[in-house]
Amino acid sequence: MSNFITEITPNRPVYTDNDPQGELTTLNLGPTHPATHGVFQNVLQMDGERIVSGVSTIGYIHRAFEKIAEHRPFYQITTLTDRLNYCSSPINNMGWHMTVEKLLDIKTPKRVDYMRVIVMELSRIADHLICNGILGVDTGAFSGFLYLMEEREHIYEIFEEVCGARLTTNIGRIGGFERDFNEITFQKIKKFIKNFPPILKEFEALFNRNRIFIERTSGVGAVSPEVAMGYSWSGPILRATGVDYDVRVNEPYASYEDFDFEIPVGTTGDVYDRFILRNEEMWQSLRIIEQALEKIEKEPKGVFHADVPEFYLPPKEQVYNNMEALIYHFKIVMGEVETPKTEVYHAVEGGNGELGFYLVNDGGRTPYRLHFRRPSFINYQMYAPMSGGMLLSDAIINMSSLNIIAGELDA
Amino acid sequence: MGKISNQHLIEKLTAKYGEQISAISEPYGLLTFEATRTVISDLLAFLKNDEELKFNYLTDITAIHYPEKENALGVIYHLHSFYNNVRIRIKVFLPVSDPTIPTATLLWDGANWMERETFDFFGIQFTGHPDLRRILNVDDMTVFPMRREYPLEDPNRVDKKDYFFGR
Repeated sequence: MSNFITEITPNRPVYTDNDPQGELTTLNLGPTHPATHGVFQNVLQMDGERIVSGVSTIGYIHRAFEKIAEHRPFYQITTLTDRLNYCSSPINNMGWHMTVEKLLDIKTPKRVDYMRVIVMELSRIADHLICNGILGVDTGAFSGFLYLMEEREHIYEIFEEVCGARLTTNIGRIGGFERDFNEITFQKIKKFIKNFPPILKEFEALFNRNRIFIERTSGVGAVSPEVAMGYSWSGPILRATGVDYDVRVNEPYASYEDFDFEIPVGTTGDVYDRFILRNEEMWQSLRIIEQALEKIEKEPKGVFHADVPEFYLPPKEQVYNNMEALIYHFKIVMGEVETPKTEVYHAVEGGNGELGFYLVNDGGRTPYRLHFRRPSFINYQMYAPMSGGMLLSDAIINMSSLNIIAGELDA
Repeated sequence: MGKISNQHLIEKLTAKYGEQISAISEPYGLLTFEATRTVISDLLAFLKNDEELKFNYLTDITAIHYPEKENALGVIYHLHSFYNNVRIRIKVFLPVSDPTIPTATLLWDGANWMERETFDFFGIQFTGHPDLRRILNVDDMTVFPMRREYPLEDPNRVDKKDYFFGR
């Protein structure tokens, strides 16, 4: 009936070279190698400069988030999600908030959705800026990175204006935002979408048709769509292989269906395609932000959260001076609000792919079980198998363009 | 959202597997059911290869622990059909004394690390897995920390006693 093997065949990693002639070298790449941009260890068997085989060791910054989440009320889990993909933490935060909103059947006002879209697309740009900038550095072109970092700084200034933090943002609350965007926020966003395109254009001019860059990257790490889907890849690296899967379109959340944008796809799935695709996604994100700014104008002003007093923490001055707010504050903090006993899976398109939250609730104040479907973790498992046969320097840029974030890898 | 209705999926699966599929529900529109471990590998292969359904994408494998139940450990699969844009959730419950289940790595290469993670945290033995060892925790760990009997913090630790903080 079943065509499965029924016995475990141990295939343990080879830490010493097993070739009889002693021709291969074992190279420990990582865990703290500057070219890997994070704590990744790969034990490689090298034949000269060519990789024969590799074994990935992960878990160096494992922090047991899923266990911690079982002991925390819903609104305190936001800070854990910050530390998954720390290059685009607002997407994680809002993905979590939307999961809880789906569980509690909360309908957010359109203005909240558009505010979220703005913040999420800004963080997608920040995420792609890092990835493409670093890819440039790894191929030997440092200057593009410096141009882009200034723009990422401006995005972080916008986050700072919205929520007060820059990297681990803890942005928003269940039901919406903790405060409205102020005038300066809108000014900064408008300034950003005016100043960013020329810089991105300059960056593309430096790289896209650069012969050295093309020869360095094209054909490196090319993956067929069948293999990519078999390895459950998602996000830009899957789209670079030619599969048009994007959660924003396949299962729209936060009113993404109201926006007019395109999903770029690649053809070969190599490092060059991923680079071009991320650049193109930044242009599309800009388009979305422009549309969102227009749409926000038409929505009623001052609405920044859904009307759900049982779950949305009231402002502190009301807690001190208002009976009703005090009661709700007490109920939320002490976890005395009824929640449905069910399970929910919600996915958002993170910077690296499908970021899923699988939440099983037993009606208590904390989740019974919370599982993060982390794109970096799932995307990274192909890295060691696909490195076989590559040159070491190609494997380095391949890792850069996979954009594996250590926090998301290890959770 | 999808091109195939959950009703149609239920009919098709119950016609083929009958009693082996139970506890069918649709929380938030996502078809969920329980299967037994005797049919799970066949079921996954059917869902993946069926001409109409084409659940070609393995979104996630994880597990859950209900200590009070007889079959306490549940393995949870999330599949996704890119062709029809439908998701499906399959659960298989196993007793703690014998938590073995056939691997899905022969259908999806991506199941490899997902199953390693599930083994690492819940101790589910995926028979036929090519490389079933711990992935995030240290290799010489003896327990499966996501099971409910293990507390968040080590109760024996002394560095967080109240008197260190003047309490």
